[in-house]
Amino acid sequence: MNKRNLILFGLLVMLYVATGYFQSWNLALNILTVGLLSSIMALGVNMQWGYAGLFNTGIMGFVALGGLAVVLTSSAPVPEGWAAGGWGVMAGLAFGVLVIAVSTFTYKHLDKGRTRNIVMFVLLVGGFFAYRAIFDPAVDAVESFNPATAGNMGGLGLPSILAWPVGGFMAAIAAWAIGKIALGLRSDYLAIATLGIAEIIIAVLKNEDWLARGVKNIIDLPRPWPVPYEVNLQQSAAFLEWTAQYGFDPVTTSSIVVKLLYALIFGVVLVIVVWMSELALNSPWGRMMRSIRDNEVAAEAMGKDVTRRHLQVFVIGSAVVGFAGAMMTSMDGQLTPGTYNPLRFTFLIWVMVIVGGSGNNWGAVLGGLLIGWLWLIVESLGPGVMSVLTYGMGDGWLKAHLIESAPHMRLLTLGVILLLVLRFSPRGLIPEK
Amino acid sequence: MDILNAIVAFLNFVVVPATAYGAQLALGALGATLVYGILRFSNFAQGDTMAFGTMVTILFTWWLQSMGVHFGPLPTALLALPVGIAVTAALLLLTDRFVYRFYRKQKAAPTILVIVSLGVMFVMNGITRLIIGVEEQNFADGERFLMTAGEFKQWTGLDEGLAIKSTQAITLVTAVIVVVWLFWFLQKTRTGKSMRAFSDNEDLALLSGINPNRVVNVTWIIVAALATIAGVLYGLDKSFKPFTYFQLLLPIFAAAVVGGLGNPIGAIAGGFVVAYSEVFVTYAWKKVVGYLVPEAYAPDTLIQLLSTDYKLAVSFIILIIVLLFMPTGLFKGKSG
Repeated sequence: MNKRNLILFGLLVMLYVATGYFQSWNLALNILTVGLLSSIMALGVNMQWGYAGLFNTGIMGFVALGGLAVVLTSSAPVPEGWAAGGWGVMAGLAFGVLVIAVSTFTYKHLDKGRTRNIVMFVLLVGGFFAYRAIFDPAVDAVESFNPATAGNMGGLGLPSILAWPVGGFMAAIAAWAIGKIALGLRSDYLAIATLGIAEIIIAVLKNEDWLARGVKNIIDLPRPWPVPYEVNLQQSAAFLEWTAQYGFDPVTTSSIVVKLLYALIFGVVLVIVVWMSELALNSPWGRMMRSIRDNEVAAEAMGKDVTRRHLQVFVIGSAVVGFAGAMMTSMDGQLTPGTYNPLRFTFLIWVMVIVGGSGNNWGAVLGGLLIGWLWLIVESLGPGVMSVLTYGMGDGWLKAHLIESAPHMRLLTLGVILLLVLRFSPRGLIPEK
Repeated sequence: MDILNAIVAFLNFVVVPATAYGAQLALGALGATLVYGILRFSNFAQGDTMAFGTMVTILFTWWLQSMGVHFGPLPTALLALPVGIAVTAALLLLTDRFVYRFYRKQKAAPTILVIVSLGVMFVMNGITRLIIGVEEQNFADGERFLMTAGEFKQWTGLDEGLAIKSTQAITLVTAVIVVVWLFWFLQKTRTGKSMRAFSDNEDLALLSGINPNRVVNVTWIIVAALATIAGVLYGLDKSFKPFTYFQLLLPIFAAAVVGGLGNPIGAIAGGFVVAYSEVFVTYAWKKVVGYLVPEAYAPDTLIQLLSTDYKLAVSFIILIIVLLFMPTGLFKGKSG
C-alpha cells in the first residue's frame, strides 16, 4: 500500500460519505453492500484473469449457482413435494450421471471403430430416454403439489450462512466441468464456452420449477445469522429506547442498522478473501501462476503442467464468485432468475477488474467499490441528470424518449470507460507490482 | 400409416423453419469467422453489430413507410437494407480506426482484443437501446405468405398443410445470393485473394506488398453487410429485440466453431448444423410419429427431446462435442 493507493481509497470513502450526506445514508449503505459483494466477485475474476490470464465470460452463471445454493440449503423444506417425487428426481439425476460416467468409461476403454460408435450411440440415446422416463414423472409429481405457493422440493432449512460455502462448492463443480473441456484449447474457446454455460444455468433456473420454482421465484429466504429483521427491531423495547435517547427515527434507523450489519459481515468476508489472495499471490504458487500467464511455453518447459494449473485457478476463482453470489441472494432474501443478466453480472464485474487493475487484489477491491458505486448512483441520479440536460428542450417526443432511456446510458458509459481504460491505462488504477 | 402427411408435417414444422434459421445463422457466422480469420480474434460484438444494423434498417424502413414508399409484395425493409449496411459499415470502420487499430499495431494478444470487442459490444448495445429501446419491434410488411397452409391443403388434398412465409423464402434467396457473391469475391477478385493470403499467413502477405489497412477495411465492410443482412432477415422472420440479438452470439459462435473458425464454408455448414439440431431437438414429434405408426401405437406424449426454452443448450452441447472431439471443426479451421 503506497501513498497513491491510500489517496485512491480515501477518495472512494469520500464518495460514499458524500452520497450518504447529500442523498441518504440508506442509499449509501445499500450501494456499499452491493459494492462489497461486487468486490469479492471481482477478486474471484481477478484470480482467473489477473493471475492466470483466463477469460471467463460466464460469471453470471456462477453467481446464480451461488443463489441456487441458498435456496437448496436454507429455504423451508416442502415435505409434500419430497414425498411426491423427491426420490424419483434424485434417482433420475443419479441415473443421468451414471449414464455419462459409463459412456466416458466405454469411450476410453473401447478401441476406436464402429463397435465403439454403436455402443456409444446406444448408451447415450437409450440412456437419455431411460433418464427421461425416470425423471419426468417424478418432476410432474413434485410440480403438481400446490403450484401456487410451492411446486418445488424446497431446501434443507439450514441457516443461511451455511449456504455460502455450498454456493462456492457448486460453482467450483460447474467450473471444473467447463474448465476440463475448454481449457488447454485456444484461449477464446473458454470465453465462448463460459458464455454458454452461464446462459444455460439461467435457463435451468428459469424452467426447472421443481428446483427453485423457476420464474415463480423463491421468496422469504431466511437472513444470515446475526442480522435481525427491521420489524422485530422496531418492536424491541431496548432498540426503541436507544433510538429515543439519540432522537433517531426508529424506522429509518432500523433499516440502517440492518444494512450496517450486512456491510460489516461482507466487509469481514472481503478482508479474509483479500488476505488469502495476497498470501497466495505472493507465494511460490502465485509467482508460478504469473509466470504461466506471461509465458506459457517457458513455464511448460520448466515442467509446470499449464492446463492443470489453469484448471485449478479457474475452479478457485469461480468458487469465490459463487460464494459471493450466495451472499447476495441471502441478503436479497429471494431468488429471482429473471434478474440475472449478463451485462450486470458478467461484464460489469469485468469492468471492475480492468478499471481497478488486473493482477492486483487491491485494484479489484477498488474497482468493485468504485464501479459498483457508479453503476447504482447513475441508476438513482440518471433520470434527474437527464432532465437537467434536456431542460432547455421543448416538451416533445425527443425529450421524453431521452429521459425514458436514461438507464441505457449506463451501458454506453461503461463501454466507453472500459475502452478508455484499456487504451490509455491498460494496467488499471492500481497496477500490478 | 400415412407417409405423405408425415413428410408434409416434417417439412412444414422442421425443414422450412430450420432452413430459414440456418441461413440467418450462417450469415452471422460468416461475419464472425471472417473477423476471426483476418483480424484474428473472436468478435463478441457480432450479435450487437447485427442489432445495430437492423435498427438502422428499421428506422429507415419506418421513414420510407411514412413517405408512402412500399416495395410491392416484398418487405420495405429490403429497400432500406443498403442504408443499414452503409451506416453499419461506417460505424465499424470508425470503431476500427479508433479502437482496434491501436491493438493491431501493438500486436496485442487475442484475449486482449476479445476484451476490447466486449467494450465495443457494450457501446453498440448502449447505442441501440438508447435509440430504439429494448422493446420488441415488428417491421415486416408486404405479402405474409408465399403459400399458406390452406392453399396447400386445397391444392394437394392432404390433411397436413405446408406454409411458407415470404420472409423464409426471402431469407433463403438473399442468403444464396450473398454467399455466392462472397465466394466469387474471395476466389476471383484481387482484393478477395489478398484477404485470403492475409488470413493464411500475415507476414508473407505483407512481404508480397499487400496493403493491410485495405484488407482490414474491406473485411469490416463485408462484416457490416453480412451482419446487417443476417440481422434484418432474422428480424423479418421473427422479430427485432436487442437482447435476443445478443443471445444469438452463442449459436453464431457454435456455428463458426463447428465449421472450423476462420473457414467460410465451415461457417455456412455450421449454421445449418446448429439450426437443424436446435429444431430437431426442440420440436414435438407427436404429429409426425402419429402419422407413421399404426393408430393403436400413436404416442400420447409430445415426444419432445428438450423444451424450447433450452434451445441455447443445444448450441452449447454441439459446441462442447466439437471442442472435445475435433477442436478444429468439421472443415479444419485455424489451430485447435
